Amino acid sequence: MKPMKLTSPARTAHKAPMELAKMGPAGAAKTVIAVLGLLALPGCISVTAPDKPIVIELNINITQEVIYRLAADAENTIEENADIF
Amino acid sequence: MNRMKRTRLAIAGTLGAVTLAGIAVPALAQRDPAYDAARQAGQVAEKMDGYLMIVGSSSPSLEALVKDINIKRRAVYAEKAQAANATLQEYAFTAGCLNIARTKPGEKYEAPDGSINTRTSAPPERDPRCP
Repeated sequence: MKPMKLTSPARTAHKAPMELAKMGPAGAAKTVIAVLGLLALPGCISVTAPDKPIVIELNINITQEVIYRLAADAENTIEENADIF
Repeated sequence: MNRMKRTRLAIAGTLGAVTLAGIAVPALAQRDPAYDAARQAGQVAEKMDGYLMIVGSSSPSLEALVKDINIKRRAVYAEKAQAANATLQEYAFTAGCLNIARTKPGEKYEAPDGSINTRTSAPPERDPRCP
């Protein structure tokens, strides 16, 4: 008995390298966008330190009560000295 | 008749008030034009502590102007603080709240986070303790 054999067997599976041409237009476009995106970003997040020192004024000793008490007086002072305010 | 008299009196009173107001306004000193221009150009900012600061590029004339105003402000704050039985810092900070509230759109001010903001038509960002 002869072993049975297909007349036109499929070729054995093989791995082909990915190519833009084989991905179709949509796939190619996606790849191009991804590459452009990578080019646009320099690859890392840059954090620049401010050139001036960060000054946080802690006026915690000044209470809202005092400010409210002085508000009307300060308003008059500003109006009386309009040249420097 | 009576009515006419009253109307005349009212008119006379109004005119008198207008005349008085007209006299009173020039008595208040106005800002130096250079100072006003610097404010409008955003070259100076109102700080939270009640004083002015220079924003961006400085010049000797601008530095002199800001220094002069800050010295005068400090003198006024100190005098008024003493009269109000408050500290200089308390009085100056209160004035700072008001100075920032009084900025006009386009002028600059210091926000509670320390950044310099440009005033828009919206209310400025101020310290939560401000009145």
